Amino acid sequence: MNIFICLKQVGSRDSVLRIAGDHKWIEDEDLNFEMNEPDAFALEEGLRLKEKHGGEVVALSAGPSRAASTIREALAKGADRGILIEDDRFAQADALCIARALAAAIGKEPHDLVLTGLQSDDFGFGQTGVILAELLHLPHATIIMEVKAEGGRLSVKRELEAGWFQNVSMSLPALLTIQSGINKVRYATLMGIKRARKKPLVVYTAGELGVDMNASQAIRRLYLPRKTKQTQFITGSGKEAAAALIEKLKFEARVI
Amino acid sequence: MSVLVVSEQTGGVWHKMSFETIAAGAETAATLDCPLQVSVIGSGVDGLAAEAAAKRVSEVVVIDDPVLADYTPDGFAAAVRQIVEQLNPTLVLFPHTYQVRDFAPKLTAGLGKAFLSDVVGITVDDGELVFVRRLFQGKLNAGVTTAGDAPYFASVQSGVFRADAAADGEAPAPIRKLDVVIDPAQIRTRPEAPFQEAKGAVDLTAADIVVSVGRGIKDPENIPLAAELAQAVGGELAASRPICDNGWLPLDRQIGSSGQTVSPNLYLALGISGAIQHVVGMKGAKTIVAINKDEGAPIFEIADYGIVADLFEVVPALIAALKE
Repeated sequence: MNIFICLKQVGSRDSVLRIAGDHKWIEDEDLNFEMNEPDAFALEEGLRLKEKHGGEVVALSAGPSRAASTIREALAKGADRGILIEDDRFAQADALCIARALAAAIGKEPHDLVLTGLQSDDFGFGQTGVILAELLHLPHATIIMEVKAEGGRLSVKRELEAGWFQNVSMSLPALLTIQSGINKVRYATLMGIKRARKKPLVVYTAGELGVDMNASQAIRRLYLPRKTKQTQFITGSGKEAAAALIEKLKFEARVI
Repeated sequence: MSVLVVSEQTGGVWHKMSFETIAAGAETAATLDCPLQVSVIGSGVDGLAAEAAAKRVSEVVVIDDPVLADYTPDGFAAAVRQIVEQLNPTLVLFPHTYQVRDFAPKLTAGLGKAFLSDVVGITVDDGELVFVRRLFQGKLNAGVTTAGDAPYFASVQSGVFRADAAADGEAPAPIRKLDVVIDPAQIRTRPEAPFQEAKGAVDLTAADIVVSVGRGIKDPENIPLAAELAQAVGGELAASRPICDNGWLPLDRQIGSSGQTVSPNLYLALGISGAIQHVVGMKGAKTIVAINKDEGAPIFEIADYGIVADLFEVVPALIAALKE
């Protein structure tokens, strides 16, 4: 199976976010970057499918040059080769633009299965996978908790809402968006990190692939959300805060 | 100019967010001073169409086709595409459900359009639609505009608009059946009947007090600390999704869009950031307490009482004080 895993590099979850002076984006230089966590589950699922069925795992990303480190991480975990579609504008690009870039790269090669994470930690569109399926003319299923491949067909367990599930089948090639928690992701070994340095990583520019970089949506203003409730903040040492909280819950909120 | 709300039902039962989305559509249609249309899609949906027509809407359009009895992304994207082509609305609003996440991006990509997913507000500024989206897991808001001409497409986050704000009309709205052609051969996925995993023994919805843990608990070895607090305060222990994904607590203790929805008198959130997937499952709690190291955590937006601190300093003190 030729398996393509789409990865995004995002600011780490514990990054401090500072809104940039023009209120259109955040101060990028404040951020530490890491693999988008939901994508790590897609990578793991792809590696497991390769171990079971053979073939190749290709890790790809559309991003600025820094995204190469996320592809290297995937190579260290066991992906066979990487593709970076490089353009600084991808850092703030919408899902349609990113999907166009991924489709241009994947479309050049034979592909049986394309996997993406559920959504990104930064924009949180939750759309890139489904758009990519449409652009590549692939059948798709989303929020997947189990993948079985047999005889050119896929059978997947799709998560519905409120604890319900559904099995869906389709023929390959196909695209799946993987639900976080489907598997336990592996860590890269020292040997893996060493091997990754020798694995091929092809870099295309967006121009080389003819990617339409026109944005379909734009941030007009970025701002801190307004609180919906007036939160009473309780300060002091652990002991003081605990005592004050219990007072409030007993005599103000009257819930204990 | 018009606003179209794409409602959602499964097997003749409404998705509750359908009426929240009708409320959102009504508000925007009033601002734009234009008609509000609602589509009902499925097989055997006459009864639901009549219920939608009882609301204060301009028109209900129906696609009733056996091909649409079971949801498939190919079938539903094709159906909504034909509705949009026939009605040519200015704005198409969806509820932000798992189903919409599955087919709406396909529909909009096919039309070369942007899809503003999971919006928490819609405003009109100088004749331009501005959508409010939450970025960076709810830590920041963004006012977003889309390029190009109408139709514009957006989905509305759960709980932002109130279903009961979708007012009844004075007289039933007209219902129109649309003729669409959906070729069964273009449906490439085969869905089976939905099922539930073995139902858990824990009914968190009945609990008066819920003590819930998130990523901040750091290690499975720390779960007993939260359990001790739950016991001391007389509540049930629950968790956000990552904790159950890791197997630190069983799935039947998960709160949120993929778990249980609770509205206890007291909800104690320990090390929970407050991602929307979690918040939809607990924001109905009467009193919410959040203990989190990160003062920017979105959970503090909905908390009545907040303690910005290391939970490992506060929780043992809480347990000790409660046991006194």
